[in-house]
Amino acid sequence: MAKPLDYESLNENVKKTAYAVRGELYLRASELQKEGKKIIFTNVGNPHALGQKPLTFPRQVVALCQAPFLLDDPNVGLLFPADAIARAKHYLQLTSGGLGAYSDSRGIPGVRKEVAEFIERRDGYPTDPELIFLTDGASKGVMQMLNAIIRNENDGILVPVPQYPLYSAAITLYGGSLVPYYLEEEANWSLDFNNIRQSIASARSKGITVRAMVIINPGNPTGQCLSEANIRELLRFCFLENLVLLADEVYQQNIYQDERPFISARKILFDMGPPLSKEVQLVSFHTVSKGYWGECGQRGGYFEMTNLSPKTVDEIYKVASISLSPNVPGQIFMGLMVNPPKPGDISYFKFEQESKAIMESLRKRARIMTDGFNSCRNVVCNFTEGAMYSFPQIRLPARAIEAAKSAGKAPDVLYCLKLLEATGISTVPGSGFGQKEGVFHLRTTILPAEEDMPAIMESFKKFNDAFMEEYEDYRGYSRM
Amino acid sequence: MASEGTASVDIGSINPKVYKCEYAVRGESETYPQILEQQLQANPGSVPFAEVIYCSIGNPQALGQQPITFFREVLALCDHPSLLEKSETRNLFSLDSIARAQKILSYFPGKVTGAYSHSQGVKGLRDDIAAGIEARDGFPASADDIFLTDGATPGVHCMMQLLIRSEKDGILCPIPQYPLYSASITLHGGTLVPYYLDEATGWELEISELKKQLKDARSKGISVRALVVINPGNPTGQILTEDNQRQIVEFCKKEGLVLLADEVYQENIYVDDKKFNSFKKIVRSIGYSEEDFPLVSYHSISKGYYGECGKRGGYMEVTGFSSSIREQIYKIASVNLCSNISGQILASLIMNTPKRGDASYESFTAERDGILKSLARRAKAMEDAFNNLEGVTCNKAEGSMFLFPQIRLPKKAIEAAKAAKKEPDAFYTLRLLKSTGIVVVQGSGFGQMPGTYHFRCSILPQENKIPAIISRLAAFHESFMNHYRD
Repeated sequence: MAKPLDYESLNENVKKTAYAVRGELYLRASELQKEGKKIIFTNVGNPHALGQKPLTFPRQVVALCQAPFLLDDPNVGLLFPADAIARAKHYLQLTSGGLGAYSDSRGIPGVRKEVAEFIERRDGYPTDPELIFLTDGASKGVMQMLNAIIRNENDGILVPVPQYPLYSAAITLYGGSLVPYYLEEEANWSLDFNNIRQSIASARSKGITVRAMVIINPGNPTGQCLSEANIRELLRFCFLENLVLLADEVYQQNIYQDERPFISARKILFDMGPPLSKEVQLVSFHTVSKGYWGECGQRGGYFEMTNLSPKTVDEIYKVASISLSPNVPGQIFMGLMVNPPKPGDISYFKFEQESKAIMESLRKRARIMTDGFNSCRNVVCNFTEGAMYSFPQIRLPARAIEAAKSAGKAPDVLYCLKLLEATGISTVPGSGFGQKEGVFHLRTTILPAEEDMPAIMESFKKFNDAFMEEYEDYRGYSRM
Repeated sequence: MASEGTASVDIGSINPKVYKCEYAVRGESETYPQILEQQLQANPGSVPFAEVIYCSIGNPQALGQQPITFFREVLALCDHPSLLEKSETRNLFSLDSIARAQKILSYFPGKVTGAYSHSQGVKGLRDDIAAGIEARDGFPASADDIFLTDGATPGVHCMMQLLIRSEKDGILCPIPQYPLYSASITLHGGTLVPYYLDEATGWELEISELKKQLKDARSKGISVRALVVINPGNPTGQILTEDNQRQIVEFCKKEGLVLLADEVYQENIYVDDKKFNSFKKIVRSIGYSEEDFPLVSYHSISKGYYGECGKRGGYMEVTGFSSSIREQIYKIASVNLCSNISGQILASLIMNTPKRGDASYESFTAERDGILKSLARRAKAMEDAFNNLEGVTCNKAEGSMFLFPQIRLPKKAIEAAKAAKKEPDAFYTLRLLKSTGIVVVQGSGFGQMPGTYHFRCSILPQENKIPAIISRLAAFHESFMNHYRD
């Protein structure tokens, strides 16, 4: 008798779902690590795993919240600064019974208020805490929204290519259609509105109702920061085409150039005024996993809804309530992130120092990596304007592509596997993010420690140049 | 087109499965009490009670239950490891919590807890959990079979996602059930196949009922994929006998069903004549091996004596599936990268508690036993109170955190409910809330035999508040019954 659940009887959507960030390359790297090989994991934006230290203040506050008996001890001041103690008491008061109680399914009201205040300071426009839902990481929020939007395979979601494959995975899992729009690599990964219009027209001609558009700003894996003009055009586009704009802004703190600072989609929407500001439906996502915080393991995030009807918000609330509540420590990290120590606070100086050091170093590393890749044979790399990644294009010789086909692997997968075996550098092949036909990339993070970077880039260059040497055609050079 | 006036996502165009699903445990049971609380704060005399008491969810620490000291010591040290370098720490933390934190930190590459972990959870923590399962059951467990999740809930969604291909796929669920199951099945587009627990025999699970419902479903063209069993039960609180469990296992084996065993209340046992046996233990003791029997066992840090709901920690132990299915489960888990670290650490702590000889052993044991004994007393006090109410019968709470009394509503009350367009039990529970501030969840939210009415009430308010709660409830009930007397 066939097993009750075997591959044949599995939900088709599950089978079709792919998530390369922890896929084949990562699994192979983990195997090699078990065998004793030194692996540099640059496959996921996971700063603390590569030596970045947590900021001190939030850890002090959360530790006190975890163990409130410390607050009763007369000697607590020997271990914790007074502002951390005060802040812990503040957050404990906001909870419904400490860190161990389920909170409101949308998140602790007091923390959502802090998020609303942060958004108001950042953008200059007020926002309603009732429209801000805290989640276990931004990913859960993205999945909840896509689940609410996608009814069937005729519902399409416009997604940038290359994209962070949470979007493709979620769309597949929920049975929708991914409608790709290609970013222009030659123009620094910028948006091409002709391409976007073509994509949407093509989808509609196939009977697809395009429901929403995803933008990732700063981009992942591409790192580009959108200009204000770009975002205005996007918003106008969504207005005309009746699309919900899903604005993944999780890297808003990671900006490495000064020409295009981060501006939230919401700010621009309100700058544009009515009718757009009253009609365009927008959902904005943020997290504690990135920026200079890098607290991936806490799973803290939020989404903010603009111009969704109260009934729709209710339905989303209903689904959130099935999971009871997001984790409370993660919510507190979020509160601390949007409401950090201020000038004059005891912990301010140290907090500022720690944050600045991380940001300055990330900026340097973005440059080191871009330049390092550009010095390699057949490698071209756009500058990492923001986010945490480098996405170099690898111009694979025809013979390398052949070799990959014979091995039954995508060409960039083969390249990345060989890179891994030779150097221990664990990347994600560009095919995991989407790319133009015949163009290959890999994604690596800019997170390895600054002092390790030169050696890593050298190791990469050595492997790459040897690989190119091996697979390139010797034009006109007879081997006989 | 926005210019034509219709927004892209509104109630007319939302995913119909989202629209259809229901979850009575929150919803109105959360929002309306919040409104009353605000009213109370703004204008204390405006309602006939001094506080809103949430007997609606299993949320112990929201009702004054204290967390276990040892667990919180370990968590604080793991959250802020630089404490371990300071000499004052030895005066503020127990020595074994310091040792345990150091051990746990060594499981993390670089002793860092802020990074995404392995998508199944940190290996060392899974090893500890597997060891705890083995110590509990007497049968081996493997870290590779453990998937740590943000509470048990995501693990349930994961399996429903794998099992349900279309509305032709059915999942057998107990009625009454914890409505995560009905909601999840609806969200994933499947069909709930109900099997009724027998109230007259203490909510027993009859195999004949399982067989009947299975046959019925199959005759309608439904492919029944799995059986959900909640043990101890929620909302019903019954603990299955070993015999019953064996029958259930054999039933699944014969009919080719996956067994989904929700065991989150395994440490909430209030009777001496029954004990908790995990389904894994039963399956192995019958003689079925890893190859023979697909089983998913769920556990959580939210219940027991630890009640750490807000941390969102739990795991599923997945055994008896092919490697290709396990790869798919891993893949789905990886899309979310990993569950929160604080919850992962707690899941390992509850499966590996202080042992005799450890510095915290005595205090830990006192805290644990204090909570469990108090829960048992509260369960009994409330059960007796309900049984004393006119027209109310209440089965014993053998386990879990709830009582599920049945109320025989007078005809006039049922008619009044219909006129108000409410389920009769929801009508009763809303009146109860408005009169007393006590929040419970109407039985229709969990499912019940047609024509019967219940409500679920938690046993979690602090022990010293129970007498006042009982007397307020009794007073309300008497007045309600008098008002609607036939």
